[in-house]
Formats: sequence, structure tokens, C-alpha cells
Amino acid sequence: MMRVELTVNGERRSDDVEPRLLLVHYLRETCGLRAANVGCDTTSCGACTVLLNGASVKSCTILTVQAAGGEVTTAEGLAAADGELHPVQRAFRQEHGLQCGFCTPGMVMATVGLLAENPHPTEKQVREGLEGNLCRCTGYHNIVRAVLAAAGEASAGGVSAGGASAVSGASAAAGAGSANAAGEQVRP
Amino acid sequence: MSILGTRVLRIEDPRFLTTGGVYTEDVVDDRLTGACHVFFVRSPIAHARIGGIDVSGALSAPGVIAAFTAADLADLPDIGPMMAGLTNERMRHRLLATDVVRYVGDAVAAVVTEEPYQGEDAMELVDVDYEPLPAVVDLAAAESDEVILFEEAGTNIAANFGDPATLDEHLFDDCEAVVRQTIMNQRVAPAPMEVRAGAAAWGEDGRLTAWIPNQGAQGTRSGLAGLLGLPEEQVRVITPDVGGAFGAKFGADPEHAIVAWVARQLGRPARWTETRYENLIAMTHGRAQQQTVTIGGSRDGTVQAYRLEILQDSGAYPRIGAILPFLTILMTPGPYALPRAEAVARTVVTTTTPLGAYRGAGRPEATAAIERAMDLFAAEIGMDPADVRRRNLLPPFTEPQRTAFGALYDSGDYVVALDKALAAADYAGLRKEQAGRRERGEAVQLGIGLASYVEITGMGDGEESPPEENATVEVHSDGSATILTGTSPHGQGHATAWAMLASDKLGIPVDRITLKWGDTDLIPEGGGTGGSRSLQHGGAAVQQASAELIELARARAAAALEASPADLVFDVDRSAFAVAGDPEAAVPLARLAEAERLLVRTVFSAPGATFPFGTHVAVVEVDTETGKVTLRQMVTVDDAGFVLNPLLAEGQRHGGIAQGAAQALLEEFVYDADGNPLTASFADYPFLSATEVPSFDLADMATRTSYNPIGAKGIGEAGTIGATPAVQNAVIDAVAHLGVRHIDMPTSPQRVWRALQAAAASGGPPPTASPAGGSGGSSPRASTSRSEGA
Repeated sequence: MMRVELTVNGERRSDDVEPRLLLVHYLRETCGLRAANVGCDTTSCGACTVLLNGASVKSCTILTVQAAGGEVTTAEGLAAADGELHPVQRAFRQEHGLQCGFCTPGMVMATVGLLAENPHPTEKQVREGLEGNLCRCTGYHNIVRAVLAAAGEASAGGVSAGGASAVSGASAAAGAGSANAAGEQVRP
Repeated sequence: MSILGTRVLRIEDPRFLTTGGVYTEDVVDDRLTGACHVFFVRSPIAHARIGGIDVSGALSAPGVIAAFTAADLADLPDIGPMMAGLTNERMRHRLLATDVVRYVGDAVAAVVTEEPYQGEDAMELVDVDYEPLPAVVDLAAAESDEVILFEEAGTNIAANFGDPATLDEHLFDDCEAVVRQTIMNQRVAPAPMEVRAGAAAWGEDGRLTAWIPNQGAQGTRSGLAGLLGLPEEQVRVITPDVGGAFGAKFGADPEHAIVAWVARQLGRPARWTETRYENLIAMTHGRAQQQTVTIGGSRDGTVQAYRLEILQDSGAYPRIGAILPFLTILMTPGPYALPRAEAVARTVVTTTTPLGAYRGAGRPEATAAIERAMDLFAAEIGMDPADVRRRNLLPPFTEPQRTAFGALYDSGDYVVALDKALAAADYAGLRKEQAGRRERGEAVQLGIGLASYVEITGMGDGEESPPEENATVEVHSDGSATILTGTSPHGQGHATAWAMLASDKLGIPVDRITLKWGDTDLIPEGGGTGGSRSLQHGGAAVQQASAELIELARARAAAALEASPADLVFDVDRSAFAVAGDPEAAVPLARLAEAERLLVRTVFSAPGATFPFGTHVAVVEVDTETGKVTLRQMVTVDDAGFVLNPLLAEGQRHGGIAQGAAQALLEEFVYDADGNPLTASFADYPFLSATEVPSFDLADMATRTSYNPIGAKGIGEAGTIGATPAVQNAVIDAVAHLGVRHIDMPTSPQRVWRALQAAAASGGPPPTASPAGGSGGSSPRASTSRSEGA
């Protein structure tokens, strides 16, 4: 067993882990954060994508001990404290960018990482940027729309871009106080 | 304005986006506290006799609780045909392989450990002595019975559909042009993002509770009870969130029964989650149908005769895939008026992963065959494929029409669907662009592919037992409502769609309506979700229950308002009953639930299956120097009747189109000659990614059906049915002028390049259809080609 200290969704943690424990299993079993999923054995599908120090990584391919000292953000840590969705989460809902939901937390985190690197991607750049995240339900059509919509919202000032960590991105979004798009189309 | 037909955002999304769904592996439940973990040792050899299995090494490994082989499971029933009478009764097997393994992935032992990582270690320590037998991968080899998988059966033939001896040898006698082609509708992996999993716990009352990702808890309960030899009442199936299914999660698998058996044997709950490797080799595959099509007609484009001969690969054990040719045959003629048509099928076992349902399940194969045949015929007579289709499509009809194959098409307007799609794609403009590129001899050529289809959705168990589904709607005193459904959403958005249907009747906001499904104790009956049945049956049941609930409440409202029920009007906007002419005298629906539960359970029964239809147009660019295909555009018309929520319906179309394009362009589950799987990981299986498809252009067409009050047909499988042949036809169309007549799927660069080389070697471009030669009469010239190698 080895002791690791790291920050998960803003919370400092210290845990004893097996040296071979994958980060995704640490997040799911030790931390009880089960949004990140395991969809393959070969780092191909991206369902386990989380942010490590602001960059998207596949948590099935990182040992927990390799993340020691780092800051991990999962989909659970993306929404604001009051529950308001992060602009990327909101865009996925608005554009129907999810169906069964299994790839979704990873897809959302990959998108946050993508937009941090490239705040104004073209459709082609979105498709190439998400090539490592597989989805069987949507045909990617609405996922691409969601990413472009989130980028549009970012350029309108909703998301702090340019290498900002997801945590600060989330608080910036909450601070922007944008309308609750989700509620508008639901029948009153 | 009614909420029906509007783009309501999904109420299920927020939790998927934040905490994530609760899939079977995520389930935290007191009953599963202290669960052990089950791992399956699987055969690495396609066909072998088991000399012996030694689990002692595994038993001494850290954390190992037990290890079981077939001998331990002798108290469980053997597994026979899934549908009695349809497949060979003597092809039986056990939950774990006994003396013979029949595919790479056949489970031979189960290892049970305290922790998951220990199981992965311990599996390696089970020693199995395999004495290899010859693999049977090739379908012709299987049919020859040289090597037999089931000695007891004496043959590899699992099923026959029709008798080849009855085929009419004069079927094509009066045809001016006849084309024959063998087509491989290749094997693909359903590959839902969530792999298979299971959890099982036994109560002190002797009842089993099983958590299984599935497409219908009630059918899964029946299947699981059967595998365990238990009465159904002793089994409760709970369906957690399901991360995609695509037909491959219908019912219980042998692994689920073993997990339950292990839990009973060890007296503690048990869990199992497979790896993606296991999923790709041991979850059922789809398609795997070799088709020989023959099509003949006159040179004015009229098709006079069509024949479809099917050789279906069932894999090692006959499961649903073994009987799907039945559906392919049912849909043989597609949307066309064919004066003469015949179809026969044979299913054979091979030493490969068993075949099951995959999005469309037998119908995409029928459409692929006839749509490829239409293009072959069009090429043979030198006519535009759109014109050939228009000439042969059935004229519009609004009264049900019976085909020669027994299907009762409810309604259709196929020519309009074709013309809408052609207009939306600017077909004439595309042909002009294509002609320009051909004229200039450009390296990158343009291909335009069409597929007109009609499919069957919402099938029942034959016309004597019409399709039905139940729903329960309850209004609570706090103004909220709960719906219980027998359908089983796994991405389709039933929570939102069913709430819309109830909201429209009850006046309760969508976000105050909760949908429950997938618990056999709560909802003992239901048909689940598959075959694109859910909205037309399950949704219709919710609508019917809501309407009946209003009538039940009317009597209570009359008592509360001291008025005659006939004088009451239900004001949907206020969700209240009011006295006609005196809107002040009103009582809300919620208040009528205070003294007594306000609840209705109903069963909706449909007159029969519905037949959605449409046309897909695919536009591809093919690099003739490298064979690389780029899908540039997909335009589709998919008429599935009334669209309840365009957001959800479009999502279904997008996903299906992508899966269809994936089969046409990329995906194939491949074995070598020894039966070794070559595509058993996502590193090797070319699962479609975002870079390989464009955004899709969806054109609207929605003709209501009279078979349910919503007016809806099924939309879930239109994409794989239409897009697959449209994309394949487009690829071939791009290089047709270079002499290529056919390329099997997937149209990989290597295959396209080989087809181009073969065409060039055999003399290049074909002579354009020559009216000379007048071959009509009694000696038709059947031109046969198979334009690419293995």
C-alpha cells in the first residue's frame, strides 16, 4: 500500500492505495464518484475521462499514485455548488448530446479540456478533438452541436477560457448567472 | 398549444450530466453489501475437446473464495433452442462448457474472489487442457458438415426457412436482364458503451433479486428463471440505468444465471462486470448473413422477379440470430411491387461467437439485399437508380396492404419519400458534379447512393395475439404524478416522452411526473424496449391510462362539487375539473387524490405492427488512388408517423444513421481461419468515431398511422435500415464507371482499392448497357460477379 494525497473536486484527500490501483477505480471505489465509467481495456473509449490539473486525461490509463499531489475534477465537480450546470453540461442537455449517458461524463470532461485548449473550435476541430471519446447512441451529431454551442457561450463570456482549470470555469459560469435554459422549454 | 410534437428537453439529463447514471456496476444497495466478484475463464481456442480443468492453482491465490466448472452446475437445466421448434432441438449446451468448447470466449470456469483485481489475477491460474478440433468459420464449410459442432445433432444446420427445392426455375424466364450477386452482410459487434454486468442477492425468503442491464425486466426475469430452473415468482429483476443495448441486451445471458447460482451457492451476494475484451467475444454479435440476390426485369426498368437466398451464421449456439432470417424473409420485397419474388434461408452453426439481435435485427439485411439488387439491376440496364426505384415502388396506400410474404403494411407513400430525399440532397446537382469529375478523370470521385426502405416496427407474437403494453398512471395529492411502464428506456428518453403524454392529458408539468420501469415486483408485466415498439405501444398505454384517469376522477369531482359528472369539464391548463358555465366552482385533480389513491392501470392493444418508410441518400468521395472513402453527406427522409418530440426522434435517427454508416464503411468482426477473433478490443475493432461521419441532414415527413391514437410508428431502427445500403451503394456508385459492380461491406480502403484493381485488370469500364443482344425469352443471361477477394 502507498499513501497518496491529492485533491478531488476541491476536496483534499489522503488515502492508502495499492500501487497498481488505476485512477478510475480510485475515483469510483475509494471516493465513491461513479460518474466516470470504464468502457474498454485499451484507452480507446474515453468514458473515464477526467481533468487532471486542468487537462483532460483518461483515468483508466493513469495509476492513482501518478496523480499524487494533483487536482482531479470529475463530472460531479463541474456543476456549481448550487447545482447549476456548467455551460458544457447545459449545452449537452440543450442540444440533446446524450442518450444512454454512459459516455457522457467523459465526453463532457473531454469537452471542457478541449475548450480550454481551443476556445473557438471549428466543427472539424471538435470532431478531431473528441476522436478519443466514443459514443454509440448519438452518431456524434448532437455532441458536436453541443460543443459548438458551449464554445459560443464561452465566447459570450460564460466560461473563462484559455487554460483555466475546470473549477474556476465552473465558478465563472455560475457567476455569469445565465438564464436557466433547461427550465424554459419544459411546460410550466 | 399542446405539448405534443414540441422539443421538450429531457428531464433525465441533469443526473446523467452531473453524478452520472447508476449503471449495474454503480449500484449501491444494502442487499449487495459484502458481494463477491465473479470472473469467467474463457476458451482461447475456437473448437476443442476439454481434457480436464484444474482450478487448484486459482483456489490457492489470494482472495479466491471458490472456483466452479460445469460439473458443479450439474443441477441446472441445459440450454436448448430459445424459440422451441424454430431451431435444431439437439443443439443443446450447458451454462459452462462441459466436454467441448465451440468458440473463443466460450466460458469454461467461474472464479470467485473477494476483490475484483484478485479475480483478474486468479483467472490466469485455472489450467485447462484443450485438445484442439478443427475450427469451422467459413459458412460453406459449416454447411458441408465436414466438421460437426454438435455430434448429437449430426449436422451443422440449425434451421431452414423454406425449401430451396421449391424455388421456381423459371422465375426469370421472361426477363430481358438478369443480375445475380453474392453479398456478405458482415458480422458486427453491437458494442454498447456499457458492457454486460450483473449482481445477485438471495433473500431469506428464498427469492432472488438480480440487477441486470437489459431491454425488458419481465422478459429477462423469464429467461433467468428458465436458466436457473426456478418459477418466475421466485425471481425479481431490477433494471438499473442501461448504457446502450442495441438489441444485444434482450433477456438473460448464461453469465447472469451463473452469478445468481454462485450467490446462492456461497450464501452471499455476487457481482460481475465483464471487460471490453469479453464483451466483444462473448456478447452476441449481429448480422453475419450471406445473401445471394437475383433480380430480373425489362430494360425499361421494370423489375419482374427477385430471389433472395440466405445463409445465416448462427455462431456456436443457436440464439436469436439463428431465427432472424425469418424477419429478413418477411421484408424481402421492401417497398416495391415485385410481380414475382422468392426467398429461402438456412442457418448454420460455426465455431464463432453466437449471433443475436443488432439494431434492426433481420430487417436491415432485407433492405440491404433489395437495395443492392436495385442498383445492380439499374447498372445492368444503364438506368439511373432513382428512376428504377420510382418505377417499381408501390403506389401510395392508406388501407393496409398484404405482401406476398405475409406482412400487412399499414400505410405508405414511398414515391413521395424518395422525391423528398432527392430534392433535399439536390440529386440532379450531385449527378452533375459527378459527371464533371468523371469527365475530368479526377482522382477523387463522387458517389451517390440511395436506399428506399419500408420496415416493420412494433411486432406482436403473430396476428392472433396483437401487440400490447401496459401503463399505470397515478396522480398524487401534492400535484405530482407517477407513471409505471412496461417499456425499458436505455437512452430513448421515455421519462420525458411518457411525461409529455401524461402532461398533455392531466395538465401536470412534465418535470413533476416521474417514470418508473424495470422492477418486476413493481411492474410484473411488460414487453420492454426493442423492435422500435415503445412509443406506439407503451406511450399509447400511458396516454390511454391518463384519459381513463380523468374519467375516474370525474366521478370524484362530481361528488366534491355536488354536480352531475356530465356538467363537468376538465380544464387541462389548471389541472382541475370545473362546472360548465361556472369556472369558479372547480376542484384540482390533486385534491381528488387526497382521500383515496387516484390511479389507473390499463393495457393498450394495437391492431398490428406498423411499417415506417423512407429514403436515404448518401454522398461519398472515393479516392481512386488509395481506396479511401469519405462520407460527405447523409440526407434522410424517415416517415415514422407523428413525431411526439422532434429532439428525441432526431436523436434516434442520428444514432441509427451513424451505426448504419459504420457498418457500410468500417466495422466488421473478423476471425482468422482458425476461429481466432482478430478484432477483440477497441484498439482493433473499428468502432465509429466522430471524425468518420459528417453532421446529418434530416428532412421531415410524418404521416400518421391509424394503429394508435398518437399516430406514431417506430423510429429506433430506421437509421441502420436505410443508411447501411445507401452508403454502400454510394461507394460502389463512385467507382461504377471504372468497371466496379459490387464491393462488400465494410468498404475499407483495401477493398475499394482491390475492386478497382480487379476491374482494371478485367478490361476496365464496362460497355454501357447495350440494348443489343436481345436476350429476352427463355434464355436469360445471368451475369455474375464477385468483384473483390476475400
